[in-house]
Amino acid sequence: MPYSWFDRNIKWIYTLPAVLFVVVMMVFPILYTVRISFFEWSMSAASPPVWVGLKNYQELFADSRFWNAVLRTFYFTFAALLLEVVLGVAIAALFFRRFRGKDAAKTVLMLPMVATPVAMGLVWLLIYEPTIGAANRVLKSLGLQPLSWLADKHQVIPSLILVDVWEWTPLIALIVMAGMTTLPEEPYESAEVDGASAWQKFVSITLPLLRPTIIIAAMLRLIDVLKTFDIIYATTQGGPGHASETLNIYGYVLAFSHFKLGMASALLVIFFAVVMAFTVLMIWLRNRLGESS
Amino acid sequence: MRKKRAFHYFAVGLICVVLLLFSFPFLWMLSASFKTQAQIMGNTGLIFFEPTFRNYVNVFKEHNFLKYIINSFVVAAGATVFSLLLGLPAAYAIARYHMQRLGMVILIARIIPGITFLIPWFILFSMAGMVDTYAALILSHMLVVLPFIVWIMIAYFEALPREIEESGLIDGCTVNRVFLHIVLPISGPGITTSSLLSFIFSWNNFMFSIILAGDRTKTLPIAVFNFLSYSEINWGGLMAAACIITLPVLAISLMTQRYVVSGLSAGAVKG
Repeated sequence: MPYSWFDRNIKWIYTLPAVLFVVVMMVFPILYTVRISFFEWSMSAASPPVWVGLKNYQELFADSRFWNAVLRTFYFTFAALLLEVVLGVAIAALFFRRFRGKDAAKTVLMLPMVATPVAMGLVWLLIYEPTIGAANRVLKSLGLQPLSWLADKHQVIPSLILVDVWEWTPLIALIVMAGMTTLPEEPYESAEVDGASAWQKFVSITLPLLRPTIIIAAMLRLIDVLKTFDIIYATTQGGPGHASETLNIYGYVLAFSHFKLGMASALLVIFFAVVMAFTVLMIWLRNRLGESS
Repeated sequence: MRKKRAFHYFAVGLICVVLLLFSFPFLWMLSASFKTQAQIMGNTGLIFFEPTFRNYVNVFKEHNFLKYIINSFVVAAGATVFSLLLGLPAAYAIARYHMQRLGMVILIARIIPGITFLIPWFILFSMAGMVDTYAALILSHMLVVLPFIVWIMIAYFEALPREIEESGLIDGCTVNRVFLHIVLPISGPGITTSSLLSFIFSWNNFMFSIILAGDRTKTLPIAVFNFLSYSEINWGGLMAAACIITLPVLAISLMTQRYVVSGLSAGAVKG
């Protein structure tokens, strides 16, 4: 049967609009950002962009605020990721039993990650508020010293990590729970015969079998924690001082508060490279370690 | 045996504690939204106080929230509908012709930090006079929404029984007709869940909206955030606003529970 040109090329015609959209909205802006990073411009119509070569990058590398943001981004990312993976697996293990209302319990776990992050950030702002917030009331009732939380430059990042852990641990827990339902039964039966304890079974059977699932969950989180914006900007906007300024926040402030578009673009090019490097690294790690042996 | 049962009760008790910790901010938000500023300042308890509805009334009367709800709704619905138009055929072709590479290209939109697009978008939308229009917001939100729709629908189309499509092809239908008249009508559940999830992602978006929205098109997250710009924070009003923005999201996710995890993990994990 002679198919028309349209039918023969249907797979390209179906995918072209979506791919074109992504290219126009994504690839082009990235190239544009790279270009602006070699210019100095404050978005005014009166003074056009001035070519400055690598000056923006040099300024950035000499800027202690930039290096602090780099370190802070890594600190925030790895602390949050570690806590989320450990707690997420622990919660999944805790849920790995029959109890009444299990589905309802899973639904409760889902709420933090779907709720509007800005709104949740502002709720935490109230919880952390030193005089009227719930956090210090809990500490006082336990007989502990109240903290300054988001208002103190040493406590602000741990406080924000706690918010991220609250928001995203459930995702890891739910992914791992889904992975647990697919585990084979035989290893457990033979371990039962050998008289293994529940803990031994968990460490030597469950965890190794779940390794691919845990790695994928951690990979997804890593890519997103690096980019955390909403909860930080909604609560501290990078403050107090610059104490909670991550790369994402500093780039945003440079561009849209200081209108240093060139320098902001240089920072974003570096940030983009960092995120892509971690993504490639994680895919490589998953391929190396992710196979269930 | 008794030891085992004791451990079971201990575990269930621990589960209750975990659930309480994760739901606590929601309870605190709900409780504070019914309190006066004086009650919040005076450290009243979580449950026992005389509730007031003033905060909710004020949010609509003084802060004009109805307008922001409409703005958020228009942007989220627009981004979802246009993403379906682009995403459904693409997902179908990727699923049927095994075009995984192309699928990866679309998934990259999920990986790259959104802020890398924001400066060029802001410049170009400013030049085109499109800042503070629904079009700019919808276009930017589509970049968040489209990858989700494509990835959820690829998995959905792959799971459809092939016989249905093959019978259509044998009857002489073109692929295009099979897609439009056979596949789409039976994909209702998948399309509904992916649309609802996309709606949430657009509804929640903050970073793109704060730059590209203005007074006319301000969406709810920006309106809630703007509560901070007053010299004294009106906590009750802020919490009422937070409840209003969260409620539809929670309702939708209760309806789409099963797909939330696979949606958030962009197809990497089946929930």
